[in-house]
Amino acid sequence: MSAKDDCQCSKAPTLIFSCSGASDVGAVADQAARKLTREGVGNMFCLAGIGGGISGMIESTKAAAGILAIDSCPIDCARKTLEKAEISAFEHLRLSDLGMNKGSTPVGDDPISQVVEEGRRKLNGGAAGGGSCCS
Amino acid sequence: MTKKIQILGTGCMKCNRLQENAEAAAKALGIDYEVEKVSDIDKIMSFGVMSTPALAVDGKVVSAGKLLTADEIKEFLK
Repeated sequence: MSAKDDCQCSKAPTLIFSCSGASDVGAVADQAARKLTREGVGNMFCLAGIGGGISGMIESTKAAAGILAIDSCPIDCARKTLEKAEISAFEHLRLSDLGMNKGSTPVGDDPISQVVEEGRRKLNGGAAGGGSCCS
Repeated sequence: MTKKIQILGTGCMKCNRLQENAEAAAKALGIDYEVEKVSDIDKIMSFGVMSTPALAVDGKVVSAGKLLTADEIKEFLK
């Protein structure tokens, strides 16, 4: 393949991580991350890949245009997983701060939409991260 | 031991520059190396890479979405 003058590199995406915990609020966090992806706000990315030390996923996350970490409870597994991989520039959304508590938050459209709106607000107001290789 | 340098990208100018810089870094360090250009998108994805160009050394991705200089790459080859 010959060299191209126009950069064909992929644009740096906005990445969304969810704790996707086993509880009701974990399911809300997971569904909100998927809805944000469907709505084009960013791309949900595998938190397990970060925890598993997959180097390509860690380096891609460091190069992201923006990062949102959604945690369902104050244990903050998503935040801690990112920080353990030395990723610190991200927006953090905790469902318990929105009054959604473990065991008393039925999974449904209303809490998911509330998290989606808060996630959208945080990403719009947050500092940009890496950027495209072509920028 | 031969270092395996892989350039992950679709073949644009910046990917080629990354390869040039990687080879310059390896030569400056005087190490044995081999370079593989990975342009197949499925293979790139198998590294978990979402942003290109990316650089892998001995199978580990050390950078993604950046055009590193030769000096920066040297640190990964030592």
